[in-house]
Amino acid sequence: MHILEEKIRAAREAGRVALIPFVTAGFPDDGSFWPAIQELDEGGADIIEIGIPFSDPVADGPVVEEASRRVLSDGMSLTRLLGELEERKDFFRCGIVLMGYYNPILQYGLGKFAVDAARAGVHGVIVPDLPYEEAGELRALLAAQGIALIALVGPNTDAGRMRLYAEVSQGYVYVVSVMGTTGQRAQLAPQVAETMRRARSVFSLPLALGFGLSEPAQIEDLPPDARPDAAVFGSALLRWLDEGNSAADFIARWK
Amino acid sequence: MKKGYFGEFGGCFVPELLMPPLLEVEEAMRSIVPTERFQAELQDLLHNFAGRPTPLTFCPRLSEELGIELWLKREDLLHSGAHKINNTLGQALLAKYMGKTALVAETGAGQHGVASAVAAARLGMRCTVYMGAEDVERQAPNVMRMRLLGATVIPVESGTRTLKDAINEALRAWISQQQTTHYCFGTAAGPHPFPTLVRMFQQVIGQETGAQMRERTGKLPDAVVACVGGGSNAIGMFHPFLEEPGVKLIGVEAAGTGEPGCFNSAPLSLGVPGVLHGSLTMLLQNSDGQIEPSQSISAGLDYPGVGPEHAYLHKSGRVRYVMVRDQRALAAFERLCRAEGILPALESSHALAWVLDHAEEFAPGSKVVVNLSGRGDKDLGIARKAFGLQDMGDIC
Repeated sequence: MHILEEKIRAAREAGRVALIPFVTAGFPDDGSFWPAIQELDEGGADIIEIGIPFSDPVADGPVVEEASRRVLSDGMSLTRLLGELEERKDFFRCGIVLMGYYNPILQYGLGKFAVDAARAGVHGVIVPDLPYEEAGELRALLAAQGIALIALVGPNTDAGRMRLYAEVSQGYVYVVSVMGTTGQRAQLAPQVAETMRRARSVFSLPLALGFGLSEPAQIEDLPPDARPDAAVFGSALLRWLDEGNSAADFIARWK
Repeated sequence: MKKGYFGEFGGCFVPELLMPPLLEVEEAMRSIVPTERFQAELQDLLHNFAGRPTPLTFCPRLSEELGIELWLKREDLLHSGAHKINNTLGQALLAKYMGKTALVAETGAGQHGVASAVAAARLGMRCTVYMGAEDVERQAPNVMRMRLLGATVIPVESGTRTLKDAINEALRAWISQQQTTHYCFGTAAGPHPFPTLVRMFQQVIGQETGAQMRERTGKLPDAVVACVGGGSNAIGMFHPFLEEPGVKLIGVEAAGTGEPGCFNSAPLSLGVPGVLHGSLTMLLQNSDGQIEPSQSISAGLDYPGVGPEHAYLHKSGRVRYVMVRDQRALAAFERLCRAEGILPALESSHALAWVLDHAEEFAPGSKVVVNLSGRGDKDLGIARKAFGLQDMGDIC
């Protein structure tokens, strides 16, 4: 079993939904980023997703896009992120996943990225603009290093396409809650339960629900058979951090 | 070859949420576009609404000066002033056959936005156009045209506030509106199947050109020249000649000001392969894979990427890609006005400029066709500034 799957299953055995916070690398600023990651780890995050910034983040809403723009102007890059991560990899209890668009990874070199990410302690990678049809090469290179390429599915992914992903996926499955981009929403869309049930019927891997989560109650409101194994929260956390609040306080609300 | 690829270029690098609508467009392209009914309806729109076929104009004075036969394919005479309408009528009609009731589109200078608004109005569809906030300010007349035609124009404030960001925002909008809405992509770039679909609707340019040259001169042209931004007018002109080895194909990119280190719009000549807006193609980017801003005096060429089929034709060597600076395009713009009585778009002026400046590379008497992809009325403000024509203040 892949280590990311183990992390989520351990949370479930403890009777809780696994927590997956997302923070853009270098956000809200150079000095606060790693301390925030450490607080999230110590505060009970099961997996932390670190965003690799990109100039044209087409799957993201305004909060993540603005965070990308800011850290890029502060000099953040994939090279720098992997270097900083490698220095700290032994300190984290949680699983580490990098989330970023394909072009920066392609320019870094797919094979080199897989090797360097493994050396930096990365367990999984999410590439939001790499659908099944284009993902074969990167998935194989990552798998050779023990890194899972996490599948993304959504409300318009039918069971047939989910099965394509199910055959090749490891770690967990990222279920997108809305027909839209990242960003917190007051309420989950009504079709979430249907999407979750369809994903549950196809995948044996744990399901992480993301895009639009801002409150733990949003998960509790779902019918029991449609609840995810893990919750991803990004934009709400980025806003919270940008207002000068502590990551520890944010994750405490979710425990 | 892998589906949706041109050699190593192309593909479909989009969020999973965009795969179902793209597969739907691909299926419609395969099953609806070739049907007699669709083709008949499209031909009717092109002939009786848009103004096809467009003339092929011989340029007597410039030909005399240059020592070659210079011909212009007059896409500038189409309704709404550019080749863009070939594509928007095709895609809007296809969208209607697919049961969609609305179009979403991106636009840079506004030409594709206007052509989308025209097609939507004609076919009774709603239309939303995303346009960089900076372009909204620079291109006010086109914004007004789109609004008059009933389209909603949404200024995009993110990123560089230009075309690249308008495409990002249109793709985001399409994610949430895909059930009712078709994304009427404006150029032969983007994710599969758009490079192929847009080329299908634009290749009428090259087909007509070949037939007209045969009829008027008894043979195909010796060379065909077109400007390349995203590359839709160029691929439409070039594609029917790809298997004709006697026809030289020359694509002209915008070099910007031409100062050392300046931003430009020439990813084929100066970029490296990468992925933006759904396809693997030549891009202007830094070593970290972040997209660089592009620059050109011509808004329609001002884009850091290019259609993947051009990247393939560049690599294979079938098409020669060259660059022209802002000042040479302006000189060609003025020269065509005076010598032939035709006011070309600054985009098309790049293609013309290369021929005017390199006529000696052609054997004397060579038949050279320049695709005059659009008319220049939209560029009067830029021309006035560039030429210092204060006395034009009353006119424009």
